[in-house]
Amino acid sequence: MLLASGSLAPVQQDYLLQARQMQAMSFAVHIPLVAFAISFPAMLLFVEWLALRTGDPLYLTLARRWSRVMVALFAVGVITGTVLSFEMGLLWPNFMGTFGSVFGLGFAIEGFSFFLEAIFIGIYVYGWGRLSPRTHLLSGIPIVITGFTGSLMVISVNAWMNHPGGFRLRGGAVVDVNPWKALLANSYLWHELIHMYIAGYIVSGFIVAGVYAFGRLRGRWGRYERTALAIPLTVAALAAPVQVLVGDWAAREVASTQPTKLAAFEGLYATTRGAPEHLLGWYTNDQVRYGIEIPHLLSFLSTHKWNATVEGLAAVPAAERPPVNVVRFAFQTMVGIGTLLALLGFVYVATWARRKRLPESTWFYRALVVAGPLSVVALIAGWTVTEVGRQPWVVYRVMPTAAAVTGADGIPVGYATLGASYLVVGIGLAWVLVRLARRPLDLPSEPSPALETL
Amino acid sequence: MLEALPLVFVLIGLALYTVLGGADFGAGFWQLFAGRGRGAERVREEAHHSIGPVWEANHVWLIFVITVFWTAYPIAFGSIASTLAVPLFIAVIGIVFRGAAYALRAGAANVRESTRIDTIFALSSILTPFALGAAIGGIATDRVPVGNAAGDLWSSWLNPTSILIGVLAVATSAYLAAVYLAADAAREQDGELERDFRVRALGAGVVAGAIAFAGIFIVDADNHELFHSLLSGRALPAVIASALAGSATLALVYRRRYEPARYGAALAVAAIVAGWAAARWPTILPGLTVDQAAAGHDTLVAIVVAVLAGAAVVFPSLALLFGLVLRGRFGVTQPSTSVTQPREQGRPRVAPRLLVRAAVACLIAGFGLLTVAETSWAHAIGLACLFGFVVTAFCAIVFPAVGEETAQPL
Repeated sequence: MLLASGSLAPVQQDYLLQARQMQAMSFAVHIPLVAFAISFPAMLLFVEWLALRTGDPLYLTLARRWSRVMVALFAVGVITGTVLSFEMGLLWPNFMGTFGSVFGLGFAIEGFSFFLEAIFIGIYVYGWGRLSPRTHLLSGIPIVITGFTGSLMVISVNAWMNHPGGFRLRGGAVVDVNPWKALLANSYLWHELIHMYIAGYIVSGFIVAGVYAFGRLRGRWGRYERTALAIPLTVAALAAPVQVLVGDWAAREVASTQPTKLAAFEGLYATTRGAPEHLLGWYTNDQVRYGIEIPHLLSFLSTHKWNATVEGLAAVPAAERPPVNVVRFAFQTMVGIGTLLALLGFVYVATWARRKRLPESTWFYRALVVAGPLSVVALIAGWTVTEVGRQPWVVYRVMPTAAAVTGADGIPVGYATLGASYLVVGIGLAWVLVRLARRPLDLPSEPSPALETL
Repeated sequence: MLEALPLVFVLIGLALYTVLGGADFGAGFWQLFAGRGRGAERVREEAHHSIGPVWEANHVWLIFVITVFWTAYPIAFGSIASTLAVPLFIAVIGIVFRGAAYALRAGAANVRESTRIDTIFALSSILTPFALGAAIGGIATDRVPVGNAAGDLWSSWLNPTSILIGVLAVATSAYLAAVYLAADAAREQDGELERDFRVRALGAGVVAGAIAFAGIFIVDADNHELFHSLLSGRALPAVIASALAGSATLALVYRRRYEPARYGAALAVAAIVAGWAAARWPTILPGLTVDQAAAGHDTLVAIVVAVLAGAAVVFPSLALLFGLVLRGRFGVTQPSTSVTQPREQGRPRVAPRLLVRAAVACLIAGFGLLTVAETSWAHAIGLACLFGFVVTAFCAIVFPAVGEETAQPL
């Protein structure tokens, strides 16, 4: 009986794959905006703080222009985030119906965090020139904090899906629920959170720097542009090498909690001592073909020991393995791009250390232009690793994704509608950002109040 | 008692979303029905600017309602979301276009462009409250059974009561927005604009009242049980209160008392939400009582604690935001105070060499503790060290770079 079991009955859904793709598309659209929301306000506040300290109108102009970008991206982030929260119910009602009491709290707290973020973005953006300079700067601080707490709570839910706890199952029903324990006493939370948080700074840092690098290639290279490039680039250049260390830590955490996912990173079929890693290649017939083998590397990545034993995919039945090639390809994309970004960051920092100036090579700026979009690709690839790597489970080894899906018809229609809508919104967002970037700089005089409305 | 408390929060959130978020949707409604000519342009501008600082915050009430509901009543949530997938999806598509149109307007360079964007904004602002109202109608008339998409995907929201509530939601939104906008115009001492919105408010208010009155007969014909429960026993006082508050707020608008009119309108909405809840009590969905639907004890305690703690932070912040908006501090006509006055002259004083040493030390310590060491506490300290590395190295690079006296500033 439905009520006795405490969950809704699983249904046959012909479009499970489309439902998953729709969810994945919604995440892929939302996550780059989140990356901006958690990092860009901090850079913006730093510039505003410089303006206050030095009285230099250049910083003020920069901060005001960046705040317009922030508001446009935040508005789009609000709606794409709303889509995600609706999709939780529209696509996965059984997941919500069964486990809402376990993890729902995370989203409720995130809702409050989002509340504060929206309130203070309202105060901050509309407070330009209407609040005292110091009050205005202070009103931006909650935006930075809530950016962190919001991602903390959302990722606590994701970490719970990957490493569930804080409840027991009795006859298919969820009992003995402890939501705090489920969400915050989870060893899987921290590496996901830190990895994503740093990724946010890398993505927004390289994208913003890339915009001004593009301007430099086009001959726009005044003090304003150099400042606007140096601040985000410094952040990203320092965060990218740190991300390599954090990613390495994350891999060890995955190896100990989700060995099957780790095996899918490489396509390791049999449990192996001193397991190798293949660069590129294709997983087929239980082995990686056409790849460049690096002996012992997977063992080293998973435990920092060259001869450690790594559990293979064969340890679980075929039906419980994720789609290996998707996970492998995404993993290698993330690691490859991440390594390149770290190298680019290293070049930048080394130039500063040796010559006390920005790099002068045109190639460096060409690389920067590419680095922004590549960092977004790495970000999405990283989430693909963790989410597709979790399949076929929605709650790892507890509830299969197929048991979570809605019984409603029309998933392909919804998928197409949302895809078309996002295409329109994406084009519109690009249009408005280009428009904002092309507005005259009005330096060095103070920006006129007539221009400020957004 | 504990089982019902989150539902009370949800209903309060729903009433606040209707009143606050609804007014933002209504602003979109008036962009579509602004008329023509210069006056229309002013109406659209005012409608756009008035929601600027607040629409995102107001929107979060919807997120609040959803997240508290799915945490506290997961089975009911899963049943509602799956059966009412169509109207909820329409609502979210409306939300997408409305928010996007709002963001896009910043890039509009002329009236023609902004009018086009306003039209998208307006159409989606009508679509969303209608769809959400229709979804409520499905729940109210017991067309959402317990189960995964167990109800009819279409008749659950395309039925007389749903359409009534959807239309009423649009009319109420338009009314609320017109009252707020008239109040804004009055505060800015813009007599012409105030007159425009006052007329609109009175018109929309009369229409909303007429729909609500006619709705009594529609509900009676569509679902006599709902009709009966609304007009009997514990729900009746709330329904009467709603009708009285609704009429009073019209009279207040007529007498140009906009501020009390806002509260009157809020009361009318809150009363009808309360009346609906009272009429249904203790049922949440057919065959499912609030007690049966509620999550376990620890979850309920957790969500109540989270809501109360969250409210303790959010309400003062909201008061700050609305205080600034209502005191006109955010009005577009306010003179801008200079922001370029430096509080302290001179650039930040730092010792670059010390920063570089600190950064290198942090990096080495971070590597050792996060990458080489194997225990959790070492990892935590290692992460803190790496964070320290980024901050100190950032300062070491950026401060000399932004200083003007260095040999090669930016």
